[in-house]
Amino acid sequence: MKLKYSGLVAAAMVAMAGAAQAEVTLSVLIDSGADTEAVWAALTEAYSAKNPDVSFDIEVRPGGAEGDNIIKTRLATGEMTDVFTYNSGSLFQALNPTETLADMSDLPAQERVLDSFKPVVSAGGKVYGVPIGSAMGGGIFYHIPTYEELGLSVPTTWAEFMDNNAKIKAAGKDAVATTFGSTWTSQLFVLADYFNVQAQVPDFADRYTANDAKYASTPAAMRGFEHLQEVFEAGYMNADFGAATYDEGVLYVSTGEAVHYPMLTFAIGAMSQNNPEGLKEVGFFAQPGDDASSNGLTVWMPGGVYIPAASPHVEEAKKFVDFVATVEGCDIQTATNGFQGPYLVKGCEAPADIPRAAADMMPYFEADGRTAPALEFLSPVKGPALEQITVEVGSGIRGAADAAALYDQDVEKQAKQLGLPNW
Amino acid sequence: MKRKSHYPYWFVFPAAVIFTTLFLVPSVASLWFSFTRWDLFHAEYIGLENFVQFFKEPFLVQGMVNTVIFAFVTSGMKTVLGLLLAVLLTSGIFAQGFLRILVFFPVLVSTIGVGITFTRLMHPTKGAINIALAHMGIDGPGWLTDPSLALFSVALVDVWKGVGLATLIYIAGLASISPEYYEASRIDGATRLQQFWRVTVPLVRPATVTVITLSLIGGLRSFDIVWAMTKGGPGFSSDVLASVIYKQYQAGFYGLSTAGNVILFALVALIVIPLVSWMNRKEVEQ
Repeated sequence: MKLKYSGLVAAAMVAMAGAAQAEVTLSVLIDSGADTEAVWAALTEAYSAKNPDVSFDIEVRPGGAEGDNIIKTRLATGEMTDVFTYNSGSLFQALNPTETLADMSDLPAQERVLDSFKPVVSAGGKVYGVPIGSAMGGGIFYHIPTYEELGLSVPTTWAEFMDNNAKIKAAGKDAVATTFGSTWTSQLFVLADYFNVQAQVPDFADRYTANDAKYASTPAAMRGFEHLQEVFEAGYMNADFGAATYDEGVLYVSTGEAVHYPMLTFAIGAMSQNNPEGLKEVGFFAQPGDDASSNGLTVWMPGGVYIPAASPHVEEAKKFVDFVATVEGCDIQTATNGFQGPYLVKGCEAPADIPRAAADMMPYFEADGRTAPALEFLSPVKGPALEQITVEVGSGIRGAADAAALYDQDVEKQAKQLGLPNW
Repeated sequence: MKRKSHYPYWFVFPAAVIFTTLFLVPSVASLWFSFTRWDLFHAEYIGLENFVQFFKEPFLVQGMVNTVIFAFVTSGMKTVLGLLLAVLLTSGIFAQGFLRILVFFPVLVSTIGVGITFTRLMHPTKGAINIALAHMGIDGPGWLTDPSLALFSVALVDVWKGVGLATLIYIAGLASISPEYYEASRIDGATRLQQFWRVTVPLVRPATVTVITLSLIGGLRSFDIVWAMTKGGPGFSSDVLASVIYKQYQAGFYGLSTAGNVILFALVALIVIPLVSWMNRKEVEQ
């Protein structure tokens, strides 16, 4: 209660400070998607209602490698908007934050942001961002009515998952929605398997960063690639798997056209925008590993909101960013797209009525040792060609072992370009 | 004897400034950056490491092979189809002017737009092409999703888009052939086919050289159509040299991608300079 109160005071202070200033238009760059666009429209509208002298100009960019490119180039050339959103973790580190971004360590919001988030938007001992959205899980969405109809239960091992797939296929349905038209979606089986990797090889991340552990020589790490190959070889994908896009995948699983969709839980937002009726029929489980006794969820930190150091409106932008990381900010996000997972801001609570898939995810967060951060939050090393390599494995072009070795090569290139020690 | 120029030297100045700032400086700078590890903020000299890395790039060889395949397939098809269309469209066929416009129209449309449109048309299950094939009882392939087909599908679209230009050049070439040759050969009893092989093809040769050169250079440096349709995929199966370079740039490996561009520059020069000098010699001989 006290925390909520301090949030209100901060918001009130922001409002008063804002009133004293001249009119300003803040430009904002966000990633595309019906859900993100809706959230930012709502956030900026709410802020302008309190601060009539601040208006916004929202610009949308593509995601994936195309988006990385835009962010880096615009930052380097001083063409960045006053406020922008971007991934936290290894991708954030690649922005050279100590030189390009405005320091937000002393933002009032940092008092409210959970300590677990700060490291993934920090560099050189300074904090450069606040969270937007909620913590996410990487796992598998499933269509509940089909599970009930076929008498299936939520799998806790990979073998059980494949058994379910066999039964779904026998019933004449597409078992695993596969959407290689949006290349990045192909990485999920590999990236979301990290809970299982670290359960078996606890020091993998450190040794991987130090050029000591490799995907190809670590059987636990190679499992993700093998999963892709197994699903392809069994023919569990939709017929248009090579061309289908992320939005189509979200639609397939929420209409039951396909029964599983491996994806991050942020897809709940896309479902609530594109198919709110179907959202009620979709559940979620962590990507199962080989051992039912260590079943847990790979977790992604939300992206951050940042301000470029070169912005002419750093002070005004900071006040707005501060507002984003308030309880009110969380509530606006929940009201727009529904509750998708735990927020990283103190005092932000789940509403009574939350989507089924989000509810399925919460128990992992509430128990000890049932979550692990994704590798990209533990290591700066991530090869840029992973999404093409996983498309190859998932389309039967390349075998899992060969793919893991190729990815190791790709990772080596990235580490060398970053100039990391030991590479 | 000192030759005096008609104009003062400072007339050169505006052109020199433009040339230096827009061409000379970037060229020299890119050569320098290709020897560095560069993140747009800092450049650290690392010698030839980028070039070593680029040649180690597992998809480079495939990208080079694909580039050559793409250039020769598109150039060959544009030449053959361009000539046939030009013959058809100069034969006094019904609605000739309208048909000429129709053939040339795709040249005027944005490549990205064409790419996106055909990506839709070639969708494996919902695309118009496969739906039409299904009505005829044919199970259409995954035009852009089958790794052995993707590059050729893109090449096909490139031909569709570019054949209008080849046709235009050939129409001009055909117009310059004197009708007397056809008259003489007809009196000698040549068939239409013989006329085509013995009169048209040899006499339209200057146009053929132009079409081949333009389409070959265009094919070697093609990027936009490939990127709009497949982004080099599925996997790496339709990667060309330019898309391999672009992906390094996207990943933030600016030094590495600059090294790739230096290599592409050398490669194009290696192919085009002999070609141009050979063509110039031919022209003198004729």
